Amino acid sequence: VILRRTTCSSQLFLSVENVRFLDRSSGQRKASVGTLYLSATHTIFVENNPESRKETWVLHSLVSSVDRPPPTPSGSQLILRCKDFHVFSLFIQQERECTEIHTALNRLTRPESYSELYCLSFNPNVNIEDRAQSWSFIDLMSDYKRMGVPNNLWVHTAANSEYKVCDSYPSELFVPKSAPPSIIVGSSRFRSRGRFPVLSYFHQDTLAAVCRCSQPLSGFSGRCHEDEMMLQALMKSNPGSDYIYVVDTRPKRWMQWCKARRHWTVEQGRSLLWSDQSRFSIWRSDGRLNAMANKAAGKGYENEDHYSNIKLQFIGIENIHVMRSSQQKIIDVGEMRSPSMTDFLWGLENSGWLKHIKAILDAGVFIARAVADEGVSVLVHCSDGWDRTAQACSVASILLDPHYRTIQGFMVLIEKDWVSFGHKFSHRYAHLDGDPREVSPVLDQFLECVWQLSEQFPCAFEFNQRFLISIHTYVYSCQYGTFLGNSEKERRDMRLRDRSHSVWPQLWKDRSKYTNPLYQNQLSQNQSQGVLRPNTSPYCFKMWKGLYHHMDKSVPPRQSPADFLSAVREESHQLEEELTNHQEVPPGGPAHHYPCSRQGIQHTHPIHVQHTHTPPLKRQTYVSTCNSGTHPPVSTWNSGTHPPGDLMSICGSYFRT
Amino acid sequence: MCIMRQGHKEELMEFSEHIKTANVEDVVLHQPLHPPSRGTLCITGHHLLFSDREENSTRQILLLLRNIDAIEKSVENLLGYSSLFSKADYSKRISGSSGTITVKCKDLRVLQLDIPGMEQCLNIAHSIETLSCLNDVSEMYPFFYRPSDLSSQDQWGLSSSEKYYSEHKELHKRWRLSSVNRDYSVCPSYPPAVIVPKDIDDDTLKKVAKFRQSGRFPVLCYYHRKNGMVIMRGGQPLTGANRKRCREDELLLQAVIDSSDKGYIIDTRSSQQVQQARMTGGGFESKSSYSCWKRLHRQMEKGKALQESLIKLVEACGDESQNMDRWLSKLENSKWLSHVQTALSTAGLLAECVERDGHSVLVHGSEGTDCTLLVSTLAQLIMDPCCRTLEGFLALLEREWVQAGHPFQLRCAHSAYSHVRLQQESPVFLLLLDCVWQLWRQFPLALGFSEALLLRLATEAYFSNYGTFLCNNDQERCALGVKEKTYCLFHSLLKPTEKEHYTNPLYEPTDLAIWPSVHPQSLQLWRGFFLRWTPQTRHLEEAQEEIRNMVIEWGKVALS
Repeated sequence: VILRRTTCSSQLFLSVENVRFLDRSSGQRKASVGTLYLSATHTIFVENNPESRKETWVLHSLVSSVDRPPPTPSGSQLILRCKDFHVFSLFIQQERECTEIHTALNRLTRPESYSELYCLSFNPNVNIEDRAQSWSFIDLMSDYKRMGVPNNLWVHTAANSEYKVCDSYPSELFVPKSAPPSIIVGSSRFRSRGRFPVLSYFHQDTLAAVCRCSQPLSGFSGRCHEDEMMLQALMKSNPGSDYIYVVDTRPKRWMQWCKARRHWTVEQGRSLLWSDQSRFSIWRSDGRLNAMANKAAGKGYENEDHYSNIKLQFIGIENIHVMRSSQQKIIDVGEMRSPSMTDFLWGLENSGWLKHIKAILDAGVFIARAVADEGVSVLVHCSDGWDRTAQACSVASILLDPHYRTIQGFMVLIEKDWVSFGHKFSHRYAHLDGDPREVSPVLDQFLECVWQLSEQFPCAFEFNQRFLISIHTYVYSCQYGTFLGNSEKERRDMRLRDRSHSVWPQLWKDRSKYTNPLYQNQLSQNQSQGVLRPNTSPYCFKMWKGLYHHMDKSVPPRQSPADFLSAVREESHQLEEELTNHQEVPPGGPAHHYPCSRQGIQHTHPIHVQHTHTPPLKRQTYVSTCNSGTHPPVSTWNSGTHPPGDLMSICGSYFRT
Repeated sequence: MCIMRQGHKEELMEFSEHIKTANVEDVVLHQPLHPPSRGTLCITGHHLLFSDREENSTRQILLLLRNIDAIEKSVENLLGYSSLFSKADYSKRISGSSGTITVKCKDLRVLQLDIPGMEQCLNIAHSIETLSCLNDVSEMYPFFYRPSDLSSQDQWGLSSSEKYYSEHKELHKRWRLSSVNRDYSVCPSYPPAVIVPKDIDDDTLKKVAKFRQSGRFPVLCYYHRKNGMVIMRGGQPLTGANRKRCREDELLLQAVIDSSDKGYIIDTRSSQQVQQARMTGGGFESKSSYSCWKRLHRQMEKGKALQESLIKLVEACGDESQNMDRWLSKLENSKWLSHVQTALSTAGLLAECVERDGHSVLVHGSEGTDCTLLVSTLAQLIMDPCCRTLEGFLALLEREWVQAGHPFQLRCAHSAYSHVRLQQESPVFLLLLDCVWQLWRQFPLALGFSEALLLRLATEAYFSNYGTFLCNNDQERCALGVKEKTYCLFHSLLKPTEKEHYTNPLYEPTDLAIWPSVHPQSLQLWRGFFLRWTPQTRHLEEAQEEIRNMVIEWGKVALS
């Protein structure tokens, strides 16, 4: 398959010869020598070795930082850290050239406007009709229909058409039948960013629902009649229960602070915030200090005195700033060089990462239990209702509904709970050079929760961890328009559907490499039997090596039972076909096919390595010539094919340990 | 009840003095992964039998008393609670009180028995306490066990030095089979036949035995076909504070390597520890006396430290606080995974010396019956594809653990729950199985056996129907007639009906060495064993089952 590049990306800015290059995350120990090129979109390294001519392409938008340690006598070094946890080292002899590359990369990897992003120039060789079709691959309305909505309890509302009530919500929303537009609008005024309570998931078996919103602006003795009516309507839309749970996913200390100041006026709140600086440490979560006073003056949670028939439940998921620093710590743990078991476990504990993952999963489990076992509807919110709320709702949905555990269902889930409900992708994943305090691994954590679940239920998910890791990479790399922007409205205003492509059809096309061979289809069963009830004891959580360790630095690629089984299944499928066709088995008998060694997969991955066995290329024609015949790095090996020498060089020696 | 009637009259007679109450009705059993059930509890000389009396079910639970590591009993006077019971219940119970026995097993299962009647409860508890730690081996259950599907005429065991020698013809040029230990007089913990260098005669061996701890003179345990190098193992040299030498010992080691070549000695103690060992009569091979041998030290924990590590780990696994920090710090504090890491990396070092460096290696610690065997076994699995089949692995265990004199009786007398004062208990064999599991997990296609086998062995070493792991060495087994009077576990595992369960459906033999990663991220807690009785393990077992079914299906298609 030939990949066509646009003219824009073929501009070559810079090239430097005799660069030594080291792919640290794939366990490479010896640097290879070659030429480095910078294009508008990629950093490209081509090995000198005429036999392999290995090429490594790194998309600029995937690079999170370019560090330059102090130069040594042998030359200068640049370290490229990618958002998917790849780390590349470049050794450049001339300091001047190093400076030049550093400056260029600093500019190229920090786009300031959307128009500079790769997704607007990336062209995976499809025509306009196909592009339009690609955007309708995921249809959220049909997913609501699948869960039985609209019905006599939940109805579609046009209140948010043209995003006039809430600009971070989608235009298509479902609300309780007994909630007229006046209540919706009233409630939205009382909720942070206008994010009023709406339906996220409807459980057909129990008629209970998962709903989401943002926090009420009740911090200082405020109340809102319409909002109270709205919650009453949510409760009534579940005939099986006479109360609802309101899940506040923030840690309890927040609630205690609010409670103590419940009867204060807004003015009192403001003056307190300005006078009592020490309190700021409690909610650094709320952004810059300046904005905080205004915001905090209204914040809070539902007062049980004003809302009848609600049960408040606090589940302590930490804020985006805690999560950001926690992830940095776990990345550092992954980068430790030959740590002892003690160093590793201390590092893991100290990062707090698994504790946070457990908190999110616990939130999901609470919601799923309430809906499936107790038949009680749940309203979930955090502060703005686009980070922790998205995590909790989507984890609950995946526990409740086997459909979301399929490849296509999972895409729908992300499109629904994250993309359409205004998770701020461009802020959280630093698509543009912006406020670093807005960046946080919110979706990473959701993907990790799903991975932890798939480790506990190896037969329950149609997809494997490669699928999760690919989604993670695409979220950060912005090759596709799907995850660009911060809301549906922003995407519409940018006309992304006309200017970029959707990622989902691409993932669907590659589904064979994302399929879990152990998957047992539970869709035939009714919903309640398909509910996952995970154990969330601490010992059930492991570090997700696959994400943080990519190729697993010191570890040689292992034998993978899943790949083996996929191959086995593919083969038996072929054999069956051959049998039915009464054909003979090809000479040499059945051979094992490893899915990853398949040729001809279109190169759509933001980092890819390519081995060409063609003679050295002339530089001018380089970009256009290398576009043919690419295939991804072969990452699996079969027990019969690994040369022991190679393995030892990867593993290192036991003499050293 | 049928199991009890299998002709155990003599057994019942012998142990009757310890059994005051043999039967209790109306007992409630709480066990992990099952709802509580009510039924009859019986105690015999070797078993605890619970038969469910629920309608439509005749479930029985048969527990070998030897499996019980510790019990806790609490007796309550129920009179105070009489109002909680209905009239009928009340009148039944007013005659006495009731009690609860918590039974903690060596397979890490925890059961609870609610027994009506204080006296019965105390009697049962007393019987369990006495009968679960009988010290006389000849009274243990393997001597009474008579399976219907195995015949006592079956050959006992799978492998021996003789067999190994005859299977490796390449050995015959430079090595011989010596029967110097035929009556166990030279080394009580060695089997009657051992493989030694051809140039060393039996008299020399006797002198060497006097110079090595417990008479464990260096013997061959592995021959590497690819380059003719070998692994030897033995006990520490008894050089003592005076740096005593033994000419014969030096000759023996010299005979292992060619005069031009060199060899490695892997000592499972640190260099400080070996210096200390000299003060108590032990020691090491000094550079001056053994100029062709290079010593490498790797400190491996054994004995009490290892047992305490296991106790801490099991305690951590039972913690129900739901606190992540606490779990991780307890896991770290137990040091169990550090021990796994050290064992695997020392084994990797040994294999690297032989396979990559192409030199012969002598392994020893102090006695050479614990860590020495652990390291040599793992190294063989890493290098030798023959050890990676089901049969090959069992044969390896038989040679390297049973016949090589790992004192199972002493090491596996108690497990992690026991309250008795620790003596010689140490979970070295369990550590081996954990390391093998790590290999199995890192190379799921390279080993011919399943996790189920490792789990089975992890319990059989502590309590068993079979005689395989009885006693501390060959001499003791011979004296008690273990091979004549009991059945062999390994043969039972290889029966056609059992075998499938213990084979790895994904097995694809490879001739290459399987080098384990010892990076902390690559090592994991062995959930299947340590968290076996937690609910989610079931899903992992289902996945294994699914893998097996898929491969079977595939086999059918491929054959047709």
